[in-house]
Amino acid sequence: MGRYSIADILLKAAGGNKGWPRVWRDPAPKPEYDVIIVGAGGHGLATAYYLAKEHGIRNVAVLEKGYLGSGNTGRNTTIVRSNYMIDGNTPFYEWSLKLWEGLSHDVNFNVMLSQRGQLNIAHSNAQMDAQRRRGNVMRLHGIEAELLSREEVQEMVPHLDFSPQARFPIYGALLQRRAGTARHDAVAWGLARGADQRGVDIIQHCEVTGFLRQGERIVGVETSRGTIKAPKVGIAVAGNTGHLAAKAGLRLPIESHVLQAFVSEPVKPLLDYVIGWSAAHFYISQSDKGGMVFGGDLDGYNSYAQRGNLPLIEDVASAAKAIMPCVSRLRIVRHWGGVMDMTMDGSPIICKSPIDGLYINGGWCYGGFKATPASGWVFAHTIARDEPHELNASFTLDRFRRGYQIDEKGAGPTPNAH
Amino acid sequence: MLRITCPYCGARDHSEFLYGGDATLVRPEPGCDDMEVWYDFVFLRDNPRGRHREYWQHVQGCRQWLVVERDTLTHEIFSVEPARAPKKAPVLTGVAAK
Ligand SMILES: Cc1cc2nc3c(=O)[nH]c(=O)nc-3n(C[C@H](O)[C@H](O)[C@H](O)COP(=O)(O)OP(=O)(O)OC[C@H]3O[C@@H](n4cnc5c(N)ncnc54)[C@H](O)[C@@H]3O)c2cc1C
Ligand SMILES: [Zn+2]
Repeated sequence: MGRYSIADILLKAAGGNKGWPRVWRDPAPKPEYDVIIVGAGGHGLATAYYLAKEHGIRNVAVLEKGYLGSGNTGRNTTIVRSNYMIDGNTPFYEWSLKLWEGLSHDVNFNVMLSQRGQLNIAHSNAQMDAQRRRGNVMRLHGIEAELLSREEVQEMVPHLDFSPQARFPIYGALLQRRAGTARHDAVAWGLARGADQRGVDIIQHCEVTGFLRQGERIVGVETSRGTIKAPKVGIAVAGNTGHLAAKAGLRLPIESHVLQAFVSEPVKPLLDYVIGWSAAHFYISQSDKGGMVFGGDLDGYNSYAQRGNLPLIEDVASAAKAIMPCVSRLRIVRHWGGVMDMTMDGSPIICKSPIDGLYINGGWCYGGFKATPASGWVFAHTIARDEPHELNASFTLDRFRRGYQIDEKGAGPTPNAH
Repeated sequence: MLRITCPYCGARDHSEFLYGGDATLVRPEPGCDDMEVWYDFVFLRDNPRGRHREYWQHVQGCRQWLVVERDTLTHEIFSVEPARAPKKAPVLTGVAAK
């Protein structure tokens, strides 16, 4: 299956692009593996990839109920950044961004990382202070951050509403230049190919329906394609963590909610940066194809349906129009929903579960795409070594019981306000 | 749009309502000093994929708190009843509630 290279591309092009082999195998499940990962989203695939590459554990299966990348990995708005402020989060997301910067070369697949910069816009003096504080925390961690004045923002993104009658006046912004976007599908495909090349079996259309127990231990899974054994089972099923953990008898500090995203018809280059809006929950960027990609709040009620509802469309569209009036003329061509694992503090859970043999990676809320490589990196470490990596040491399940929540937004113990 | 049949006002769009979350949780007595009980109440959820009993307040109508039983996968609504009488039989059920 070899490496992709320019020589390879030219040679295949000369032959009418006929000789491309399939990118990953389609194996039947073996009766037993060293490690089973449930969920072939970016996180599950990255975990398998790093288990094989960094820990030499290659007898691994990734089980996916649909096709790989069909969950939130293929549904998100692809923003990648590391402007987090709370202990535990800041170094983790920065390590993720560092991995992103080398990912295309590492997996030999172009994930189209576009470090176009992300601006968090501030609309009051208080919000400017908050952004300044966030920037300072980042710089103390060695992460670049720039506080921009209103004039500097206007020069970079002239289409925002800078008029005197703007509903939300723009005071300035915090800029992270290394932030940006990546191609979500390519991330799943690149990691799948990298894992497959190292011996990992990626088994699609194989739903995990229960766990196999030996005494208290979990020693495998029941699936739609039969029983598969493994001494270690890691779940990385995004919005379905609560549902699957319940089959192991666990109750989690998680509620599942639906989040929508939208894309407009394509237009010529209009917005060079990723914009995050602090007046309400809203963000927007322009895809390489020209569509404006944007999203906002959760629909607001518990849901496992991968589809959104109409009132939120109006809500998000009005936010878009308030910050960037010119988009009101654009047609929305598609909108879709993904099921989010909302935790009670807005931060993820990556740890050994209270049940031996079961490991949990979930609770990604709105923000797990940017975490994909680091999440796989630390989850692989946790599974291989049976202890957390220093970067996920605080993402435990028992932090809620012990009062060590990682509440970036200071929203309190609510599942839908982070 | 979800259509919630308020027992007082009739069938209305869900955008008239405020969502209040899991209605099966029972708040511990104010004097309870068992941290496990509080941990359970504040943080843990059954989070079912299927039938879910949940609070909705009809803020743009009669302002009553209601308990709605709804499927979290299909969004089908099975029953709506006043929250103040949760033990009584549902006021409206099945087809009538749609
Ligand atoms: C609309 C939207 C916008 C977003 N925007 C951003 C953003 O801009 N930036 C950002 O960082 N994050 C964003 N996110 C969050 C991000 O998409 C997710 O946190 C991340 O992709 C989660 O990756 P994952 O691999 O854990 O999950 P997924 O990609 O969902 O993978 C989980 C997989 O598990 C499978 N599965 C579930 N149950 C079972 C089972 N029982 N058996 C077998 N397989 C199972 C699913 O089919 C799925 O493929 C957004 C999410 C949404 C929905
Ligand atoms: Zn009413």
